[in-house]
Amino acid sequence: MSEKVLMKGNEAIAEAAVRGGCRFFAGYPITPQNEVPEYLSKRLPEVGGTFIQAESEVSAINMIYGAASVGARALTSSSSPGISLKQEGISYIAGAELPCVIINMVRSGPGLGGIQPAQGDYFQAVKGGGHGDYKLIVLAPSTVQEAVDMVYGSFDLSEKYRVPVLILGDGMIGQIMEAVSLPEMRDVSKIKKPDWALDGKGSGSNRKIINSLYIEPDVLEKMNIKLAGIYRQIEENEVKVEEYLTDDATVVITAYGTVGRIAKSAVNILRSKGIKAGLIRPVTLFPFPYFAYEKAASSNNVKKFVTVELSMGQMIEDVKLGVNGKKPVEFFGRSGGNVMSAEDIVDFIISKEV
Amino acid sequence: MAKVFQKSSFLTDAVLHYCPGCGHGIVHRLVAEALDDIKAQGHVIGIAPVGCAVFAYNYFNCDMIEAAHGRAPSVATAVKRVNPDNIVFAYQGDGDLASIGLCETVHAAARGENVTIVFINNAIYGMTGGQMAPTTLIGQKTTTSPLGRNPAVNGNPIRICELLSTLDGPSYIERVAVYDTPHILSAKKAIRKAFENQVNKKGFSLIEVLCNCPTNWGMTPQQSMDYIKNDMTKIFPLGVFKEV
Repeated sequence: MSEKVLMKGNEAIAEAAVRGGCRFFAGYPITPQNEVPEYLSKRLPEVGGTFIQAESEVSAINMIYGAASVGARALTSSSSPGISLKQEGISYIAGAELPCVIINMVRSGPGLGGIQPAQGDYFQAVKGGGHGDYKLIVLAPSTVQEAVDMVYGSFDLSEKYRVPVLILGDGMIGQIMEAVSLPEMRDVSKIKKPDWALDGKGSGSNRKIINSLYIEPDVLEKMNIKLAGIYRQIEENEVKVEEYLTDDATVVITAYGTVGRIAKSAVNILRSKGIKAGLIRPVTLFPFPYFAYEKAASSNNVKKFVTVELSMGQMIEDVKLGVNGKKPVEFFGRSGGNVMSAEDIVDFIISKEV
Repeated sequence: MAKVFQKSSFLTDAVLHYCPGCGHGIVHRLVAEALDDIKAQGHVIGIAPVGCAVFAYNYFNCDMIEAAHGRAPSVATAVKRVNPDNIVFAYQGDGDLASIGLCETVHAAARGENVTIVFINNAIYGMTGGQMAPTTLIGQKTTTSPLGRNPAVNGNPIRICELLSTLDGPSYIERVAVYDTPHILSAKKAIRKAFENQVNKKGFSLIEVLCNCPTNWGMTPQQSMDYIKNDMTKIFPLGVFKEV
């Protein structure tokens, strides 16, 4: 953590990926994440890596499948409609237990939608997206620094469980410029290739096969049970949440990503006005920090929760699961690419207080 | 006694699931023997498609990847870029390569990726039970063109070799057939040359193999071989379409 530089979110994320050991990128242009491939098209060849501008999102994610099969630390990035196109490949990657990192700089939808920030892909990110019984590890950065740190560690995290990591950002985190400390460059020659990775040496009983096809129901069910066990381990080990001033809070605001940062400002404003507000910001969306909501909901101080999202209400369903009916959960959202200010959140909460 | 024949080291002992008389078994053997010929042991990665050859990873005795439908060229691209010293091949059927994966096929070829693609054209979707393929002949009956393929409503067959040979990327494009012994031997020669080109870093090679599907064509194996010779080759002429 030596250098401190001013960087655009997308470029900082791309550099963090390289420093975390990423040596393969395939992607397709889409706003608002274009700086990621643009940066890597120059940067990856400098470190002996591979950059491919694929002919489609579909092809790009299947290149990730191929690169991950042979043990490369592989990254793709896109934005909402492009991530939809990648879903088939993501399901295959999850089914074949391949690690990789996927960045979604979420824009507004549905359909072609708009190019401004949004959080309408929450369900797609944490509830599946593609077909079949699988999960991704979903991380939601609220600052460029947090995005850098997450991306840097995401290859290790993905390889540890052989589960793809999805960085769920939004147009803001991609486009904003902030001062960041860039982590040390990993020496990739010292990162051991996973022993399951193909090297072409296989023959007879030591052949390696990357596959997600299990035609016998009993065999596939065993695989599904195995994956579910891995997802439970992830829930036990990897959940992360930021709690801010929740100890004496009467109103708990909850938001993720850049909205979590706006909500934190709202908490400070509300406190200056004498309203004891607090914040729960899930850092990991899968695994989701249900326990933080259970704890807050059981507190005598807490009167209600307010979920704030750039959507018509998606994470609120998980918030309600955590709160489990113990306290009311209100919703304040903007969509279409509109972003609320801290004052908007404050006004919403004060209007409900009266 | 002198050994006059032995099974290719690139075939496993698994029993093939293919229908009696199907040409996939022949082409598997040709691919395996071509890999033997170039002494590729210890550095081969194959990509299996979705379709009848979906289980090819059980049959080729090398590291294998099962790709999503039509995406084998993208998977092969990445594997070869990351491991340039491996011999990388994709084995794909007509629905996989010429329909759902046509985009990936064209662009891997246009990029001149140094991989080998073996394309089985049997003019039908075999695994799913005989539906119309992008290469189904005009008049050919399938379960989704029960009265025979009618160009007015079903469109026309796609000639992959001709299409790809217009691109600058490919180094070698040839169409072969496996309806009799001389043609099987020519097919093997073509597949071997495609692998040799990869060794010599010449770039993208694709060998289209006109193949039979007696089950879904509703023919005996012999009738189906005659159909390749008499009908398929009229629409899909054999020959070298590009060689650099």
